[in-house]
Amino acid sequence: MKTLYTWGAILAITLASVVGDVLLSCAMKQVGDVQALWKELGILVIIRRTLANLNFLLGITAMALAFFSLLFALSWGDVSLVGPAAASLTFIGNAFAAKFFLHEKVDRRRWIAAVLVAGGVALLAG
Amino acid sequence: MTFRNYLILAGVSIFASAGDAMLSHGMKQTGSITIGHLSSVIVAVLNPWVAFGIVLLLAFFATYTTALSWADLTYVLPATSLGYVLLALVARFILHEHVSPLRWLGIALITSGVGFVAGGPALTTHPPLEPIEHEAQPGSAAVSGARQ
Repeated sequence: MKTLYTWGAILAITLASVVGDVLLSCAMKQVGDVQALWKELGILVIIRRTLANLNFLLGITAMALAFFSLLFALSWGDVSLVGPAAASLTFIGNAFAAKFFLHEKVDRRRWIAAVLVAGGVALLAG
Repeated sequence: MTFRNYLILAGVSIFASAGDAMLSHGMKQTGSITIGHLSSVIVAVLNPWVAFGIVLLLAFFATYTTALSWADLTYVLPATSLGYVLLALVARFILHEHVSPLRWLGIALITSGVGFVAGGPALTTHPPLEPIEHEAQPGSAAVSGARQ
């Protein structure tokens, strides 16, 4: 039963992280190129515009959910399983989500990169 | 991709790794936090390692969101995963910890993945430009053009 809880929490971390990353990416594209805007409008305007963006706030909320899911997962499972599994699944999940929700062109090069990095993180953190 | 863009990506990797390492070091000094003793959170935050770790993680978040403003998510995530490699190299050559062959293989995989994604374009989407309210001084150039 504990294993089931652990994997449930790992899936919750992955889902919340992917949702958070996608929403943050979407929000920052709406805000615009920060480096270019900095010269034009100044940092305070960028911060105000970012904090007023609904996707940004929802993204932060999702990130917070991922963090709390991580705490739950760590109370049920080993860090050597939870850390690498969540990080690797998040890399793959982000590639799918970016393709379908952000309409990024995830070509073969990017799929290979996502799989290699996910595998590398699993080996490194395991 | 300009030199400044590469600096931002390097900042994401370095700030995340250094922030995590400092938080971890600080939390080992302060001990575990329980819901029954929330005052221990304040003690933990006052620890210099934890405080500096939090500052570095804020810097990570600033550089990460900046990178996402001009690059795809599927570009930023693999490109900044070199932080994992950096941590392992610090562990091996500065902290003199043992790094197993499986971890070296992990480093090789991540480095290859970064190589794959770094050779391609940073941005593949062309989102509709948001109407920009002119919060700047009157007469400033149209900001939306800066993203081209």
